Amino acid sequence: MENYLVAMAVFAGIYALLALGLNVVWGMTGMINLGLVGFFALGAYVSALLCKRAGVPMVVGLVAAAVLTAGAGAVMALTTARLRGDYLAIITLGFSEVVRLVASNELWLTNGTDGISGIPGPWRGRVTPAAFNVLYLGIVAVAVALIFVLCQRIRHSAYGRVLRAIRDDDQVAAVAGKHVIAFKVQAFAVSAAILGVAGALWGHYTSYIAPEVFVPLVTIYVVLALTAGGTGSNAGAVLGAVLVVFFMEATRFATGWISALAPVQVAALREALIGASLLLVLRVRPRGLVPERIVAVPEPR
Amino acid sequence: MLGEVAQLALNGLMAGTILAVPAIGFTAIYAVLRFPNFTVASHLTIGAFAGWVANTTLGWPAAAAVVVAFVVAGTAGVVNDELLLKPLRPAGALTAAIGAVALTIVLENVLRFAFGNDLRGYDLPIRRDWRVAGLRVGPQQVQNFGIALAAMTAVFLFLAGTRTGKAMRAVADNPMLAAIKGIDADRVARLTNFVGMGLAGIGGMLVGLDTSIDPLTGFRVILSVFAAAVVGGLGSIPGAVVGALTIGLGEELSLLVLAPAYRTVVGFAAILLVLTLRPRGILGERAY
Repeated sequence: MENYLVAMAVFAGIYALLALGLNVVWGMTGMINLGLVGFFALGAYVSALLCKRAGVPMVVGLVAAAVLTAGAGAVMALTTARLRGDYLAIITLGFSEVVRLVASNELWLTNGTDGISGIPGPWRGRVTPAAFNVLYLGIVAVAVALIFVLCQRIRHSAYGRVLRAIRDDDQVAAVAGKHVIAFKVQAFAVSAAILGVAGALWGHYTSYIAPEVFVPLVTIYVVLALTAGGTGSNAGAVLGAVLVVFFMEATRFATGWISALAPVQVAALREALIGASLLLVLRVRPRGLVPERIVAVPEPR
Repeated sequence: MLGEVAQLALNGLMAGTILAVPAIGFTAIYAVLRFPNFTVASHLTIGAFAGWVANTTLGWPAAAAVVVAFVVAGTAGVVNDELLLKPLRPAGALTAAIGAVALTIVLENVLRFAFGNDLRGYDLPIRRDWRVAGLRVGPQQVQNFGIALAAMTAVFLFLAGTRTGKAMRAVADNPMLAAIKGIDADRVARLTNFVGMGLAGIGGMLVGLDTSIDPLTGFRVILSVFAAAVVGGLGSIPGAVVGALTIGLGEELSLLVLAPAYRTVVGFAAILLVLTLRPRGILGERAY
């Protein structure tokens, strides 16, 4: 039972990272990423392959994952920077599918749909599984704390104010002399890097990744976490992630009691419930539990 | 070699024509409602299943079952939009886009709940392929091509020749001017959803007639649908046709150099290429 709770805490931490990463683009800059599971997957594969095949330390894997996902994110943001946000929505959604296709088909690299197993984790095998779990929870907690501080710094800096200005009206930001495209590309790259790190951490924890893990539903989980927590608020992102993991597990137990349904129906019910929850939150509480606070500037007399 | 290229080009044109049907639906909805409605994916699957039920349990021939696919997917499209997506649109196009992805997941799982994950095939008469000038053509392929062509012709006649079609074009072109002229934007939106999602449903059935269907059918082709719409110019109906033919040809010809699994990657590459070189697409964003 303790192991289960610790594992859930690790997953909540990783979802918190994903929600923080999404918040940098969607919450702060107003750009959408509907294929964030693609960046999550890319980070997981890059770090897992480097550590398993090339034997590099996990830290190097994490950095490589961050750099590569940031690069991919920058390309996508740059391609659509001059266009309406709809194009970015389409292109990111497409990107996540392409990542999944490549992961499923490049057998020599990714072992296809069988996935990669035996991904090394820190001290795995040298300590008891229970100790590894707790240790890893510590690593994830440190990562969440670091990224949270980073995101808070972005949010409360002059840089973050420009991002919010772009979110609210990019023409005004441009008129104020800000290089909107550069800001957009940078924000998207930072966000993608966070998603990539989250993916890498996921892989090293579960020790097994496969294309079937990285389905669009993951994107919905994260968007749900951020929206429920409070789009634009970093604390909201973390809170939302914890709530979503709790909710997902609760539905697992709840649907477990329904014996009349086939397993495929139970799975379908749970997935539908997640999607429906997002629709509901968007409808009744779009600003989330911890709404973003915007300090009003006093009107000049 | 040349024969192979010709065969692939022929297949590509046929596939492109089928792809054009849902692409028109997606782009028309974008033109009128100004947000990328990703639920095209699930309505495509809804249409495929509706057609399948009509075909296998009621025993209707494919050409008649397509009408069922159109009506069921179109009706579902109107109901889903009215109840679930329309209230999100005031919050912005991107919020509506997020809602659309969530709704797609819900609808896909409703189908999975009802039908399971099994692949299902239509009841079709088994017929020998025809050979014309060294090229292989399946009778079913030709029938699908004909259905797609008929659906497109109907859409163009509707948009060009009827008052309602004209109203739709007016709203797409300039919603404010259209409102001043007394066009009821809500009614136009509902009609666009019906026709657009209905076309997606036909597209789903045509894809299913070629292969088989399961709850993920829509999701598998959606990247090609987006690619067709973006390559042709998002919001442009002739653009969607040109884009769909381009993507269809590209996907088939890519088989010369790429593994079949990477067909859909061609669409994604095409989107990146077009957005870099000619962001408004081949025909631009004009609605008609």
